Amino acid sequence: MQPLDGNAIGGLMLEVFGAEMTTTVGTCDHCGAAAELAQLVVYLQAPGTVARCRSCGSILMVVVQARGVHCVDARGLARLDAA
Amino acid sequence: MAEVVGETPRVRTIVLDVPDWDGHSAGQHLDVRLTAEDGYQAEREYSIASAPGEPVSITVERLEDGEVSPYLTEELRAGDGIEIRGPIGGYFVWGPEAGGPLLLVAGGSGVVPLRSMLRHRQQTGSDVPVRLLYSSRTLDDVIYREELDGAADGVEVTLTLTRAQPPGWTGYSRRVDAELLADVAWAAAEDAHAFVCGPTSFVEAVAGGLVELGYPARRVKTERFGATGS
Repeated sequence: MQPLDGNAIGGLMLEVFGAEMTTTVGTCDHCGAAAELAQLVVYLQAPGTVARCRSCGSILMVVVQARGVHCVDARGLARLDAA
Repeated sequence: MAEVVGETPRVRTIVLDVPDWDGHSAGQHLDVRLTAEDGYQAEREYSIASAPGEPVSITVERLEDGEVSPYLTEELRAGDGIEIRGPIGGYFVWGPEAGGPLLLVAGGSGVVPLRSMLRHRQQTGSDVPVRLLYSSRTLDDVIYREELDGAADGVEVTLTLTRAQPPGWTGYSRRVDAELLADVAWAAAEDAHAFVCGPTSFVEAVAGGLVELGYPARRVKTERFGATGS
């Protein structure tokens, strides 16, 4: 399964953050690259949803749904800036 | 569901009647959620095929091992209800105010959001010049073929048929490569907006090729899709 991109989790991010997020700029805590979340490298088939930095491949965000609750780990993101 | 339109043997456009739809932008998508009797849910994203202001429609390709697309393309009947969420996305969108020229590059059903952009351009009377490069397996797999044949002034459509070509075919017959892009794409100096949508490998090849031609990465917007059946 090839990875997709952040557009594919626009709906999931809308649910988690309560706003349209694909144009929000995320900064990678590892390499410092800043890009719209639409450009994330997204794996839907991992256990949970895994989003990686397109520049360095670091994991920026993991979303797991358990018992109807979304658990979000966004430690790989240094910043989120509205477009 | 209001109406279903056959596009190709495997592709249907499903026109929806959505109460309280607040409108959408060309290029956005929506989520479709199906719930089985036992409560099992499957959710997929589909690009919106219609222009802003038109009834919301999605164009769905039937995947043989899919969980959602066979239902949408084979089972769903006019009057049936489905659960949707949207519109979604603000990155892969175009409006006439963004200007042009516009380069649209589609692999397979990646043409769907680009078709919304084309219809939006036409309906708003925009004269932004457009080139659409559409890669399809065969001529029969070309979605919106009639509509693209009659494309409006200022829209140039180039097809490449990668698997089989009809007798007498004089168009391209290979996967999109650097040389093909150089033939069809606007020169980098034109400062075109590029929108590339298709399977991941297609998008990577095209986006990389455009950057090699001198397109700034920020001018190349990408949307990747893939079969997400487990």
